[in-house]
Amino acid sequence: MKREDIILTTKQFLSDEFEVDAALIQPENNLQQTLDLDSLDYVDLVVVIEENLGIKPTAEDFKTIETFNDFYDLVEQRLNA
Amino acid sequence: MEHRVVITGIGAYSCLGEDLDTVLESLRHGRSGVIYDEQRKDFGYRSCFTGMVAEPDLNPFLSRRQRIGMHQPARFAFMSTKEAMEGSGLDADFLDKTETGIIFGNDSTAGAVVETVDKVRAKKNTTLIGSGDIFQNMNSTVNMNLSTIYKLKGMNFTISAACASGSHSIGMGYLLIKQGLQERVVCGGAQEINPYAMASFDGLGTFSVRDAAPSMASRPFDRDRDGLVPSGGAATVIIESLESALKRNAPIYGEIVGFGFSSNGDHISNPNFDGQFRSLSMALKQANLTPKDIDYVNAHATSTPIGDSTEAEAIFNVLGSKVPVSSTKSMTGHECWMAGASEVVYSLLMMNNDFIAPNINFENPDEHSEKINIIPSYKEQNIDCFLSNSFGFGGTNSSLIIKKFKK
Repeated sequence: MKREDIILTTKQFLSDEFEVDAALIQPENNLQQTLDLDSLDYVDLVVVIEENLGIKPTAEDFKTIETFNDFYDLVEQRLNA
Repeated sequence: MEHRVVITGIGAYSCLGEDLDTVLESLRHGRSGVIYDEQRKDFGYRSCFTGMVAEPDLNPFLSRRQRIGMHQPARFAFMSTKEAMEGSGLDADFLDKTETGIIFGNDSTAGAVVETVDKVRAKKNTTLIGSGDIFQNMNSTVNMNLSTIYKLKGMNFTISAACASGSHSIGMGYLLIKQGLQERVVCGGAQEINPYAMASFDGLGTFSVRDAAPSMASRPFDRDRDGLVPSGGAATVIIESLESALKRNAPIYGEIVGFGFSSNGDHISNPNFDGQFRSLSMALKQANLTPKDIDYVNAHATSTPIGDSTEAEAIFNVLGSKVPVSSTKSMTGHECWMAGASEVVYSLLMMNNDFIAPNINFENPDEHSEKINIIPSYKEQNIDCFLSNSFGFGGTNSSLIIKKFKK
């Protein structure tokens, strides 16, 4: 999957799942703040990624992620692994 | 010092109506909330009758995080509690700054548990269940969700006492306020409606299989009754010390004056005259009332042959033959964990609107029900004081006495 497709696909399911305006999901924005994630929400983040992309990152993987760009890097790396 | 305990908020999400106004009209007109659920036939049920409520849309009221831990019991209970809170003039801001408890009745989360287990079976990985299921699966789901949403700061636990759960929740809240340990408690009962919740109960052969219209299946005290009809939803009863209610100028729907309870210590499912007799007698004694002070009895009677006849004998022996009696389960079916709370709400609506709701489908008495005064059709009557019975599996019994409030 190309990066632009990852951005498009994840924007849709992240805004649906976490009920945020898709326009706020921008590469340089902070993932945790934009999606208003608490510790429990990371569990659901793993679930929606698995449901939509078929990959299963762990909670550990999200420790170093700050921006959506970081998030796209992770998804891209896992999809192409 | 003992405190007087009054009811300052009520709400219902019931098969008789999803708000109090609709419920009131159903009670006046003897309208049944029972349907025939085709889904149950396919699932292997012996009986397909059930009371039914719609799945509420909570999106306008709650955030994703607030909704995600809720399945039917908590969703239904939110709706009835929202109505009770609004009617009582309470909001999250006031509740956050004061001490309000929550003691809710609930005794199953079968629908939620089955859905969770199905997910694990499909994925074979518990990390793909999601974060909300655990809060849906636990029996305290109503307490967990509502105490969080409404920022409640007082006593917080769930009553699981089978079909007396809702009644005991009000009784426990009453005792805490009476002793001065709580100022205000949100009480109630919730009952899920889905095929998973009632399958094992249906398997006991205690549900009605009458070949007739659904509205005629539940017929408490009638000679030709053949079993109960399951039902569900939620009801909320907010109770408060009289001092607190007067201070905030809250509406007062009634005053709790007696709570009787007992355990049969006998068979796990069969009712027991002695246990019911002790519960009724204790409620009268606690209230310092005599049988002639009771204007109406909302019976537990579920439409099972043995249950109704046992209760008829208990009512006759404690209260005599004259007191008007009806079972609103004739219209609702058996609301199980919710019933003790919903039937207090139904009775309060009757007391505050001067009527007795009919025990519909009561056509012929049997040798037990002929001893008591069953009201088969709508009756205008002043009620100053009523008694509400709830009895559950395991032999748990609860009787509440509530009076019209007088300063």
